[in-house]
Amino acid sequence: MHDLTRRGALGLGAGALAAGMAVPGRARAAIPMGNATPPAHAVEKGATLRVLRPTKFVDADETVFRENTAKFTAQTGVQVRVDFAGWEDLRPQTAVAANTGAGPDVVVAWADDPHIYADKVLDLTELAGYLGQKYGGWLALPQRFGKKWGTEQWVALPMGGSGGPCVYRISWLKEAGYDSLPTDHENFLKACQALKKNGHPAGFALGNAVGDGNAYCNWLLWSHGGMVVDESGKVAINSPQTLNALKYAKELYQTFIPGTLSWGDINNNRAYAAGEIGLTQNGVSMYFSLKNDPKTAAIAEDTGMARMPFAPGGKMAENVLLLNAMVFKHTRFPNAAKEYLRFMMEAEQYDTWLTGCGGYWSHPLAAYAESQVWKGDPKLAVYRDTNTVEFWSGYKGPISQASGSVAADYVVVQMFAAASSGQSTPEEAVREAERRARRYYR
Amino acid sequence: MSASSPSAPRGQDLPPATNWRRPQINQGWLARLLDSKTFLIIACLTPALGLLMVFLTYPLGLGIWLAFTDTHIGRGGVFVGFENFESLWYDWVFWGAVFYTVFYTTVATVLKFGLGLWLALLLNENVPFKSLLRAIILLPWIVPTVLSAIAFWWMFDAQFSIISYILVDVLGWRDTYIDFLGTPWHARWSLVFANVWRGIPFVAISLLAGLQTISPSLYEAALLDGASSWQRFTRITAPLLMPILAVVLTFSVLFTFTDFQLVYAITRGGPINSTHLMATLAFQRGIPGGQLGEGAAIAVSMIPFLILATLFSYFALARRKWQQGEAND
Repeated sequence: MHDLTRRGALGLGAGALAAGMAVPGRARAAIPMGNATPPAHAVEKGATLRVLRPTKFVDADETVFRENTAKFTAQTGVQVRVDFAGWEDLRPQTAVAANTGAGPDVVVAWADDPHIYADKVLDLTELAGYLGQKYGGWLALPQRFGKKWGTEQWVALPMGGSGGPCVYRISWLKEAGYDSLPTDHENFLKACQALKKNGHPAGFALGNAVGDGNAYCNWLLWSHGGMVVDESGKVAINSPQTLNALKYAKELYQTFIPGTLSWGDINNNRAYAAGEIGLTQNGVSMYFSLKNDPKTAAIAEDTGMARMPFAPGGKMAENVLLLNAMVFKHTRFPNAAKEYLRFMMEAEQYDTWLTGCGGYWSHPLAAYAESQVWKGDPKLAVYRDTNTVEFWSGYKGPISQASGSVAADYVVVQMFAAASSGQSTPEEAVREAERRARRYYR
Repeated sequence: MSASSPSAPRGQDLPPATNWRRPQINQGWLARLLDSKTFLIIACLTPALGLLMVFLTYPLGLGIWLAFTDTHIGRGGVFVGFENFESLWYDWVFWGAVFYTVFYTTVATVLKFGLGLWLALLLNENVPFKSLLRAIILLPWIVPTVLSAIAFWWMFDAQFSIISYILVDVLGWRDTYIDFLGTPWHARWSLVFANVWRGIPFVAISLLAGLQTISPSLYEAALLDGASSWQRFTRITAPLLMPILAVVLTFSVLFTFTDFQLVYAITRGGPINSTHLMATLAFQRGIPGGQLGEGAAIAVSMIPFLILATLFSYFALARRKWQQGEAND
């Protein structure tokens, strides 16, 4: 175990980056590639590009991204300036670029944005087709967010997704009588009750937490077969499935540590690192921060990661934060921009990035499942399938401004928070959520 | 030198003095221009008006216009009349924010003034280390709001609160940690507390400045007349402090009413919207939510309240007799 962890740390930390750079052949060899001819995009003479993307969460995200960009410049002579925007600033900045027709040529945006500006971005169907053919096809969620709703036209190129599976303490779960995390709701609840009885409560964010709150509550809704709107975008949240989810949430809430109604995005990480909670839901970053700190390395050792209980039909139902790249029509160098995206998605660059980030941004193309990053530490395997999820924010309706607004107003999160804490009955909570969702879907 | 100068000898054949003219200096166009009153008025006012237009009138006007459109981020809007306001009228989240904004402003202002006045009176006495104490009093106000907000956020944390730690683990007065931000009323009072802590220095220092303008001779005279300290406070201090109190009160109400940072950094309006201020709700709906029109409508709804507060100050200040410490007739 100890050996494995050390090797894992070497293979996943900054070391992977060094290894990847020093022996470029090794990391690439693992990625199976199909036969495909890249689309003929002759890079314009004297082209320059401006790229906007969200700021790093793990260091390698920025360093490797910049190195890959520098390689592109070295090979094509195209000068590329990459700007990193804060996560909450990215959306307004994208909006300004879209409205003024100036600024960045390429934006690595949040999942919904290319759909909001679908008429202002270049068609990427050819490029997406090439990448899909070469790298074993696009996974389910990237297909959903790459293609314009109801068409086969690609308006964006998903680059990576950050998921939130269940993270728990192996020894405490064992103490509670479970060798592995149950995959059905009933036993999951029982496991949490047993954990709580032993003084290791669960903890999921129920406050206005952009990442963790939505992750937990969307899982509750989807895994019970609920949805905010139906396929046509009609509000359909008031359903027996949602009521079941609310009743389940209320029982699960009894196994929580006190105070989760006020939890933001960081609280569960802190409580978990302090050993206050035994089970939560999080991205891979928490595992690495525990592992890289000698004081908490033992907790990392004892940490297991597994799927949250499945939706009907055994479907994974976890919320994913997706990076979705688009090229604005206003760019003067469309070919250079498309070439840049192609270059960044090719195994030589992409796998280095994927590995460097330790799997934080999980791959959108099937072939990268073979990447070294998923083999170094078996615990990470659960993050490998992040992008196979078939649920999305605003499920099961079109991706639109309304779905984004409902998420930003925490409609689903607050519905679950109100019912869990007993401030409203499940029936009241769902009616209120229905009313609030209708304000946006009209 | 005038023509009727007494030193001029009479009878001498001098040209009539009235013909004398001051030598005309041929003024350049620039000098003439600068002498022109109209030009000066325009030249001096234009920059100020320009600044006002660009940085105040235009954004405010745009905000009001947006409130009557259905603009989204990334998509222009059309005029929809009062639709945004109608929709807000039936939105209890909005009314909750209005309630909490008024509650927050009222309670925090009353507490800030009570405690601030008390502090100012104490500091106005001859205490040792007076200047040092005054400097310390200012500290909460100097610390950037976001920093103090983060400090409070830790103090109010559900798991790692130092207050809970002391009460439970050190003193043993309680069995459970206090859920500061997880229940609506706890969260509301916690935020009011944070705001009061931040706002006291402004009130205390301003009122202290006001106290020091009151002439000591008034107090001496009152002492000779045998006035008690309560009488001295109600008859001398309070009336003479009124003008500055009115100004400080107005500013304080405006600052509190439009507060954003404390709430956004500590609770983001949670739990379940119970601590949303109108400003935080306007931001949440307008920027992350993309509904610029609705966000603007919430922000515009703050204007009547702000105008009320400003009018209060205007009329309070216009009452001259009151300012001079006499009774109103």
